[in-house]
Amino acid sequence: MTETGGTTPPATPDASEGAAAGDGTTAPGGTGRLGPPSWLALVFLLPALLFLGAYLVYPILFSAYRSLWDASGTEFVGLDNYLKMFTTPSTFVALRNNVIWVVVAPIVVTIAGLIFAVLTERIRWSTAFKIVIFMPMAISFLASGVIFRLVYEQDPERGLANAVITTVQDTVSAAAAYPDANPRPGAPLAEASGGGYESTEEVSPGETVFLPLVGVQADELPEGAEPAAEAAVGGQDELTGTVWLDFTRGGGGEEGAMDPEELGLPGLEVQAVRDGEVVATAFTENDGTFLLEDVGGGQYTIRLAADNFTEPYRGVTWLGPTLITPAIIGAYLWVWAGFAMVLIAAGLAAIPREALEAARVDGATEWQVFRRVTVPLLSPVLLVVFVTLMIYVLKIFDLVLVIAPGSVQADANVLALQMWRVSFGGGNDQGMGSALAVFLLVLVVPAMIFQIRRFRQESQ
Amino acid sequence: MTTPHGEYEGAPRRTAVSRVVGFLGSSIVQVLLVCIGLFWLMPTLGLFVTSLRSPQDNAASGWWTTLQEPAQLTLENYASLLDNPSFVASFFNTILITVPSTLIIVAIASLAAYAFAWLEFPGRDWLFLLVVGLLVVPLQVALIPIAQIYGGAGIYGSILGVVLFHVGFGLPFAIFLLRNFFAAIPRDLLEAARMDGGKEHTIFRRVILPLGGPAIASLTIFQFLWVWNDLLVALVFADAQAQPMTVALQSEMRQFGANLDVISAGAFLSMVVPLVVFFAFQRYFVQGVMAGSVK
Repeated sequence: MTETGGTTPPATPDASEGAAAGDGTTAPGGTGRLGPPSWLALVFLLPALLFLGAYLVYPILFSAYRSLWDASGTEFVGLDNYLKMFTTPSTFVALRNNVIWVVVAPIVVTIAGLIFAVLTERIRWSTAFKIVIFMPMAISFLASGVIFRLVYEQDPERGLANAVITTVQDTVSAAAAYPDANPRPGAPLAEASGGGYESTEEVSPGETVFLPLVGVQADELPEGAEPAAEAAVGGQDELTGTVWLDFTRGGGGEEGAMDPEELGLPGLEVQAVRDGEVVATAFTENDGTFLLEDVGGGQYTIRLAADNFTEPYRGVTWLGPTLITPAIIGAYLWVWAGFAMVLIAAGLAAIPREALEAARVDGATEWQVFRRVTVPLLSPVLLVVFVTLMIYVLKIFDLVLVIAPGSVQADANVLALQMWRVSFGGGNDQGMGSALAVFLLVLVVPAMIFQIRRFRQESQ
Repeated sequence: MTTPHGEYEGAPRRTAVSRVVGFLGSSIVQVLLVCIGLFWLMPTLGLFVTSLRSPQDNAASGWWTTLQEPAQLTLENYASLLDNPSFVASFFNTILITVPSTLIIVAIASLAAYAFAWLEFPGRDWLFLLVVGLLVVPLQVALIPIAQIYGGAGIYGSILGVVLFHVGFGLPFAIFLLRNFFAAIPRDLLEAARMDGGKEHTIFRRVILPLGGPAIASLTIFQFLWVWNDLLVALVFADAQAQPMTVALQSEMRQFGANLDVISAGAFLSMVVPLVVFFAFQRYFVQGVMAGSVK
């Protein structure tokens, strides 16, 4: 378009700028304003007005009207739909969750955006960082939802969040190796009162005990497990023994005896107990043998500690009824933090350097500068970010629909989702659907007023 | 900060110390930012790697184990997805919905924005305030009324219906963005063109459109991604033949674990175009999103 325009002088910006300057000198005061007739404006506006009328103005009026009628639209019910909204449990959950969303999500996202914007301010590669954080804005909520559904998978073998949590948990307290193990029936072992198992007969130092367990799958055994060996007889103040998997794959093998193919159970915590007190502790070797030292004389019970048999920690149930909303807010943060960051960073760049320098010269610490100078100067930008986020959060729909599994969708419900469910997703109650839509619109009105006032201030 | 006279001996020392502190602080900040960046990338990487593993591997272990066994990687999921005619159809539906609605929005909005910025007519400011107010209207309000109209007009379920809905709801933002940009074009330029006897449509074409290029680019890219990524509108107005990728994938979500191969590959495919657009036109997209603050 610029190429063809190049043939006539006024078309190219540079040329017409020159022309304008020339005209300005010959006709000062702009008396010769050549206003086109106002009917022409209508021609330019007509398509837009038709669409705005059909898709925005008419639907608002119709929805308000329709919300006063029942599900099928045959009976006038007044404000009943609005009353039902607050009394129907499913809708009330949606309402409650929306309140949580609107209060929590904008605050969290704005704070994250503020932190990122401040941290990146003096970093040379800040653009790269900003691109990474902003990237989720470009992809669909559906894709983000799929991404986070995967992150939040319950099984630590599949869900990243729980994989990280259980790994951290495991390094803090070692996971039990044999959650399903139990004594071979007839073995001299009984359930201990505090969990775990203990020998039914008491032993004295110098004796050896053999403790057969079953119920451990071959692939659950630690890699180093070796064929079980009979523990050597210990010294005067030592107790020895073997804990092994008394099970020969493919059958065969004698119960209670260490057959050649049977493996020791490594890493089991074994305790020597006298009068209910743990006197010594040891861990089994790869061949299942253990050695309890320095026990002194007397009678002992050998106990396999409860820790050996507790279920391993399976992580957090992100997608369960209690945590589903916070979990989805987490995904929302991932998507929107970039938006807040970029807007706030633009605001930061506009803060006059002198104001910050003056505060620093006066001896303020960086935190004081941030708290007393930066944040107050930024507050208009923070407000815009916050209000914008609130408007988007009110209408949150896709992320909840995608991340919340069907069984907890009722617990994760929000107004926009409930509106869709009630009127299209099976409910077919368009009276209630309209009421919910109008309610959403009413909630947005304060933001609408804020927006209009801001616009008028700016244009003055 | 600097001390021209040697009397304040403390001052230079303090700067040296604060420089060390500043250096340490900035390296801690840099490490922190690298960690946050990785944290932000990890979920997307997870989806990508998952989409490259067989359903059996995905059921058995986490995607991160691929780091130890890169041999697991396979294009199987993508191959079977591209063999699936209904998914391929949904990909083309996404394009058929996105491209026309973006073009129509840009065309109609530029005309209207020009009128709001540069043509005088009674009630102009009042009408524009209405547009500003309509910016924040939740589209839920229009779902039921428009569904009824579409039912009567016989376009319920069609691509056309989805396109027109996007045009309607995209317009307030589009007009708002372009009008603000057009209004910032120097008055002299237009006056000059008018004095030269230019007709309004010529001025619009020869002055406004070229000068408004950056704003139009921002709007185009923003709208393109907005419509491409939409789920709700298509969920309500598109039937099985007209459904875009987002709706096709959403219907697989009911069996998330069992359909993970389809979902992960499909979700990643649906992200490719937005990501390419984002990286290629990043500046324009960011501007578009920023202009949409308080939408």
